[in-house]
Amino acid sequence: MDKNLILRMTVNGQVVEVPVSATDTLATVLRENLGLTGTKIGCEEGECGACTVLVDGLAVNSCLYLAMKAHGRTIRTVEGLARNGQLHPLQQAFIDHGAVQCGYCTPGMLLSAVALLEQNPHPTDDEIRRAISGNLCRCTGYIKIIDAIRAVAEGH
Amino acid sequence: MAFDEYVTPASVEESVAMLASLRGAGRVIAGGTDLVIQLQHKERKASCLVDVTGIPGLAEIRREDSFIIVGAATTFAQLEQSPIVRRGAPVLAEAASWVGSPQIRNVGTLGGNVVNAQPAADGSIALLALDAEAEIANLTGRQWVPLDSLFVSPGVSRIDATAEMITAFRFRPQAAWEGSAFERLARRRALSLPLINVGVRVQLSAERTHVRRVRISIGPVAPVPFRAGAAEKLLQSRPLDEATIREASEVAAREGNPRSSLLRASKEYRIELVRTLTERALSRAIQAARG
Repeated sequence: MDKNLILRMTVNGQVVEVPVSATDTLATVLRENLGLTGTKIGCEEGECGACTVLVDGLAVNSCLYLAMKAHGRTIRTVEGLARNGQLHPLQQAFIDHGAVQCGYCTPGMLLSAVALLEQNPHPTDDEIRRAISGNLCRCTGYIKIIDAIRAVAEGH
Repeated sequence: MAFDEYVTPASVEESVAMLASLRGAGRVIAGGTDLVIQLQHKERKASCLVDVTGIPGLAEIRREDSFIIVGAATTFAQLEQSPIVRRGAPVLAEAASWVGSPQIRNVGTLGGNVVNAQPAADGSIALLALDAEAEIANLTGRQWVPLDSLFVSPGVSRIDATAEMITAFRFRPQAAWEGSAFERLARRRALSLPLINVGVRVQLSAERTHVRRVRISIGPVAPVPFRAGAAEKLLQSRPLDEATIREASEVAAREGNPRSSLLRASKEYRIELVRTLTERALSRAIQAARG
């Protein structure tokens, strides 16, 4: 399919223009056109959450989200979390709490956690569990992930 | 996937005109959480997608006259959080909170849920309990039709997404002596299709001794979202007590015809679930109606 459309969006603070085809998903454009391979592709049907990115602050599965839907919108990926060489507090907490095992789910988990804490800075454990309920960790390291998110919410 | 154009019309009229000019080669897309997979698996075809989610007002929830109006492009996350829906139609807010995952709820829409016509679609089951109507727009104009007239068979609705679209749903908000509730069991609490789901809306008599009017909707126990008419009649004809609720739930369990599925559950287990979940939904809705 021809890349006959122009997609203009803001990715991690930068305005980009990318030629895309109507069939491209946002996940594909981020990875293949923009080289942002931190966004992982797992199940490709919205079940695993490895492809989670933020669109205007909301967590979405970028594997199910057509690239053209992002036109005019603001996207954040895991590459945009660190600032001035400093890891995002959630990234640091994931490291400190051993919340990363194989790492494949980590970018998606981080973005779901960012979306949660931006909307609800002091979530209960149930709210944390619900916020990451669309992200599968097949190493099953959920407890440490929840610990890491809770620690940031409590300001540790 | 085999389409090469993507258009974002600014109004319903423009969308319908575009679809007409595409003569069956266009297709409406809203959130796309079902459609993108269907296109990838070549279950549906389109050479041009008509994205209706940017149409002003199409994702709005509002009170108008004696109705709550929900725009067809409203997402499940919006429904779950809307004070209007939570107060006026708890069955719909609860149903929305069960759909998929946070990521799916941020994108998937109520209109898409109905057009996809799955017999256990949480949004359709809730709307059926609410006696909702859908507004259909096509070249002949706009028309309100009862929701239950839209379903044909699993995955097939009367909406021809290559030529027309749903623009909104409407239903009466709950008033005095009314309550509603949604119950659902799935293998997991997220990203899991329902083994059975049940929606109930009930209105009690002013003395609260009888059920004046009740709607019970159940999925998946038939090829389309199902109304348990016999159980509704029984509830409306007897003094309201726990025995009546239990008996109505038994009747509801016998009315449906669930299938055995290796991936999901056996027919026998699902019949038991209909009984249990109907009883729970009725009890909760009645308790809410008593205030």
